[in-house]
Amino acid sequence: MEYYSITSEEIDVNKVISSVIRPEAGAINTFIGTVREFTGEKQTVSLQYEAYPSMAEKQLKRIGGEIREQWPAVQTSIVHRIGKLAISDIAVVIAVASPHRAESYEASRYAIERIKEIVPIWKKEYWTDGEEWIGDQLEKTSYKNK
Amino acid sequence: MITVLFFAKQQEQIGKEKLERSESQLVVSELKQILMNDYPDLSLDHTMTAINEEYAAEDQVVNDQDIVAFIPPVSGG
Repeated sequence: MEYYSITSEEIDVNKVISSVIRPEAGAINTFIGTVREFTGEKQTVSLQYEAYPSMAEKQLKRIGGEIREQWPAVQTSIVHRIGKLAISDIAVVIAVASPHRAESYEASRYAIERIKEIVPIWKKEYWTDGEEWIGDQLEKTSYKNK
Repeated sequence: MITVLFFAKQQEQIGKEKLERSESQLVVSELKQILMNDYPDLSLDHTMTAINEEYAAEDQVVNDQDIVAFIPPVSGG
């Protein structure tokens, strides 16, 4: 059963994968987003994710619907963690199941790019030399297809 | 009354997670301007708005009882 969730708990990757397994699927592509320590020369110490959880879950579900419109046989589950995360902690897991491998790669890529456009989740980076809320949706054609 | 929600940097700028306001029957851009006048530290530029958890255009009307959320540039993933 597909699901779309915001959680403050550690994400159980196998549970996300299991949720999209079905007999018709010959491929499951799993994307795992983790907390990166170095961005260029900037060193991250930790991250704080915040969300508008009820709306964020709706938007994740909407991404699943958009995927089904483009790749009808694909099933998707997405879980995003919020709260304080350490380096290498898992922030997001996307599992995409499809009959053949090509569409699972495409749909997985689509899901993560859409998360960065339309899902109300924010990241505050704590660096060795400061802290800042990061926003990367500026200058993009976000929020289209309202 | 309407409820206005703030997140991330804007929550820090305003010092609160939410406000109860008496404004209604005005459009999103007008509400933004009123709030930026009331809270000089608050910037709502480059900020989308959601009304009752759906993205709303700048000219959409805010009605009584609506929950208005300001959505600064997102950065999940």
